[in-house]
Amino acid sequence: MPRLQYSIEMSLLAAHNLAVRLDGRTILSGVDFSIQAGEIVTVVGPNGSGKSTFMRALIGALTPSSGQVTRRNNLKIGYVPQRLHIDPTLPITVARFLNLPVRRPNSAIAATLDEVGLPDIATQQMTTLSGGQFQRVLLARALLASPDILVLDEPTQGLDQPGIAAFYRLIDAVRGRLGCAVLMVSHDLHVVMSASDRVICINGHICCEGAPTAVSSAPEYQEMFGLGTQGALALYQHAHDHNHEGCTHGEAAE
Amino acid sequence: MILDTLLIQTVLAGVGIALAAGPLGCFVVWRRMAYFGDATAHAAILGVAFALTFEVSIAFGVLLTAVAMALGVFALSGRGLAIDTLLGVGAHSALAVGILAIALTGARGVDIEAYLFGDILAVGPVDIGIIWGGATVLVGVLVWRWSSLLTATLSDDLAYAEGVSPSRERLILMLAVALLVGIAIKVVGALLVTALLIIPAATARAVARTPEGMAALAALLAASAALFGLLAAFEWDTPAGPTIVAVSAAGFILSLPVSALLRVGGQNGIINR
Repeated sequence: MPRLQYSIEMSLLAAHNLAVRLDGRTILSGVDFSIQAGEIVTVVGPNGSGKSTFMRALIGALTPSSGQVTRRNNLKIGYVPQRLHIDPTLPITVARFLNLPVRRPNSAIAATLDEVGLPDIATQQMTTLSGGQFQRVLLARALLASPDILVLDEPTQGLDQPGIAAFYRLIDAVRGRLGCAVLMVSHDLHVVMSASDRVICINGHICCEGAPTAVSSAPEYQEMFGLGTQGALALYQHAHDHNHEGCTHGEAAE
Repeated sequence: MILDTLLIQTVLAGVGIALAAGPLGCFVVWRRMAYFGDATAHAAILGVAFALTFEVSIAFGVLLTAVAMALGVFALSGRGLAIDTLLGVGAHSALAVGILAIALTGARGVDIEAYLFGDILAVGPVDIGIIWGGATVLVGVLVWRWSSLLTATLSDDLAYAEGVSPSRERLILMLAVALLVGIAIKVVGALLVTALLIIPAATARAVARTPEGMAALAALLAASAALFGLLAAFEWDTPAGPTIVAVSAAGFILSLPVSALLRVGGQNGIINR
């Protein structure tokens, strides 16, 4: 697939022959990766496949055992972690949380909270938020840095179906405004895949990658996720095509 | 008159320690470092033995062993043994060896209880200088690193993504606890230093709405406990450390109904908005 051959120099964030070992166990090996400005890339893979390890190596939370991660100079990363546990002994309002570690103007905070659909929440305690609200606040915090790239590690874990759909619509809208790249780990294959420019399937190494339709029909992918996902994927493409007039129904649905 | 001077000196010392212990204690509570505080404080007894043997100042000896304990725990953590096991081994070994060393070196007339529970009569002008110097450094470091410390406390990964090294911030806090133990041992005693860190912070949690609010309130509560505790210790001739901690604990117990009320209010959406 020639369209995947990007030059490292042009990319925002890249990994070259990346390997990560944790506690003497090789979690990832031989990973080559790069993401360009404005691109949406989704990383999928079964539990324990090294998706989160991959994200953490990219943001610098893990040191590669070999290979390297390169970032464009002064790259601003907006990171939304998989989950964030705030100890109940730590009192913190939404506004204070959004000011960490860099102080932001109140007007920027208000505007960003508006954008993620949570006006009037600034003085509330973080621990009183619902799961969906919490994820939106995490996103708001990432957005306040005006990131070149949003990195989201299974951001919709623990949300219900409407919540998941709403969260992805929000990311879509935000990306439309900022024009930032989006790198996202997801379990929600049926929702995510067709919105992505590229899907990367990881299981200790990169099994396959490409356009969503190409990956979903790849034998490596089908072997990993089985047929159940195919059904869900088909369902989504069907619904998705209905939202856009003039499009034919998705191939998988037919 | 002599008693007055003594009282003023001791109160100055106690309040100085408390003003640093309150905010630092918040991090100890948020990050669940209580057991680490104990380990460092117990290592202080070894430091006392060291100081008596080599005839250096107690604060210096204690600081040395407390820092050694902090660095040791920092270096060994995450290498197989669970952290509380590691701290348990370190804390009690240091305490045992320290008491043994004091007994063996036969430092005559050494009242070990003074170092375990604190001794108000031991504090002189030099100690006050050391305490206020140390407390100023401690608070200064906390203010300087506040945002990074708080980010690293919330989440390691969030910190990494912001270019903050969580292990560096952890080391800073561990050394800060060691420094506090060094300046506090004469007044509060090794066994009760951790209480001065934790109880005011836990009490402040009941009403605090931001980390900064909690830190400021903890400093205030700790200082009040030190003041009233030392006054009481003078009045009734009781050991300083236990008296301060008892006053502090009374404050915590009084805060419980407040905390419960706020929680109920919060659930009904009345108060916690």
